[in-house]
Amino acid sequence: MNKAGERFLNGLIKENPTFVLMLGMCPTMAVTTSCINAVGMGLSTTVVLILSNMVISALRKVIPDKVRIPAFIVIIASFVTIVEMLMKGYLPDLYSALGIYIPLIVVNCIILGRAEAYAYKSPVFPSMFDGIGMGLGFTLGLTCIGAVRELIGAGQIFGLQVMPSSYEPVTLFILAPGAFFVLAVLVAVQNKVRAGKNTDKAVGSCGSSCQTCSVAGCGGHFYEAEKTTAKEDKS
Amino acid sequence: MNGSMNVSSNPHVRSKATTSGIMISVAIALLPAAGFGVYNFGWRALMLLCVCIATCVASEYIYEKCMKKKVTIGDFSAVVTGLLLGMNLPASAPWWIAVIGGMFAIVVVKMLFGGLGQNFMNPALGARCFLLISFTARMTTFTYDGVTGATPLAVLKSGGNVNTYDMVIGRIPGTIGETSVIAIVIGACFLLLSGIIDLRIPASYIITFALFIGIFGGYGFDPYFLTAHLSGGGLMLGAFFMATDYVTSPITPAGKYAFGIILGLLTGIFRIFGGSAEGVSYAIILGNLLVPLIERVTLPKCFGKGGENR
Repeated sequence: MNKAGERFLNGLIKENPTFVLMLGMCPTMAVTTSCINAVGMGLSTTVVLILSNMVISALRKVIPDKVRIPAFIVIIASFVTIVEMLMKGYLPDLYSALGIYIPLIVVNCIILGRAEAYAYKSPVFPSMFDGIGMGLGFTLGLTCIGAVRELIGAGQIFGLQVMPSSYEPVTLFILAPGAFFVLAVLVAVQNKVRAGKNTDKAVGSCGSSCQTCSVAGCGGHFYEAEKTTAKEDKS
Repeated sequence: MNGSMNVSSNPHVRSKATTSGIMISVAIALLPAAGFGVYNFGWRALMLLCVCIATCVASEYIYEKCMKKKVTIGDFSAVVTGLLLGMNLPASAPWWIAVIGGMFAIVVVKMLFGGLGQNFMNPALGARCFLLISFTARMTTFTYDGVTGATPLAVLKSGGNVNTYDMVIGRIPGTIGETSVIAIVIGACFLLLSGIIDLRIPASYIITFALFIGIFGGYGFDPYFLTAHLSGGGLMLGAFFMATDYVTSPITPAGKYAFGIILGLLTGIFRIFGGSAEGVSYAIILGNLLVPLIERVTLPKCFGKGGENR
């Protein structure tokens, strides 16, 4: 159970797909024009991610190594088709708002990446939580971007008027360039926060800076190695 | 170490030109057009220009203080950016548009990329396009003599007739600084005579544009139509003051001609085939992005390099 919790938090915060791994940028840019769209996109990706992670993990001993990528794609595509049809049937408004980006979940880097990096090597239960964590992390990232864009670009959040009526929406933020601005600023802010946390721990037992180091010609390799081991110890 | 012991890297021959000197000259050269804008559109225009300049200088100061960098407002580049931005606003724009534009120009387009010399597009034009896309209605409402009317270019595009005499003098609706060709040319002559800009970019820009309009404009080389297009919109202001910006234009002589020709073609395409009547801002911004490529292609050969390999 501990493993499951660790996987969940890893996907949600530590390796957040949007802000840390920078995966799945195409839907991130395209559909975050409003909170509703962002949440819809995030949740449908989450569903596909959980199911595909579970199935791939269950079949990991059956799938031959050489054809694993086509096999992953077939599994992912099946679930995407199911989600697409369900959405078309029950949420037609959201379906038309997201458009081509629903079928494109098939080629979303996060899903294939998690299948290759985690589910193919791990048991079913942790894989499921990996999928939940990564999916919700993606949803969180999209919703943050969508909230900022909708707030500035339309004065609303989740369709509710937040800004006073005298506020004039900055239309650029619900157009494509706005996505780049908002993503860049959010990534910069959270990098700043993370960097503030890590600096004191990064200096390993190598201790001092390279200028006063007695090991000549290490070229900073020792220092880098110390840093990586320090990081691994933490995790 | 004692400063006099340092041997700095080349060039050892120094010019007396300083950034602040050049920027002040550009600001002075802009004054006739800005002054005519104030005369044309009234005190509101002056207020907008002042708000733009104040916002630009203040944003640069505050950003550099917050980031603990050296404060560079003394080089007057923020003043020029603010003045240019203000001259690109319609006189009816509310003051907060000027504030947002000034902040965007300095913080996003200039400082985030490393300050003066590192920005890849003209800050004033970047901000103008940002405002144009965000507040389209407010940025394209032009009032002249209390009457809201279409700009001559828009009239021309919809097939109407314009008074080219008024266009050259500047008695037309438009943004604050772009209307008077005469005032702009006076300022441009000052810059040309003092050697701050050369004719390569503006001349190749305007000639290419005139040829393009003549060939694709639908009226041939009709003098009336050509004059209207050349003196309408931001072409003159853009060609002399924005396309020649040191940071965002090529430094190689051949590159300058190439840059001007690209701008002329783009402006022509936007004006004739585009949805909007005006296209100078977008053309210059797009051209700015091509500058690194233009410079790479037109790099002159070093002395002693090239020729046949033996």
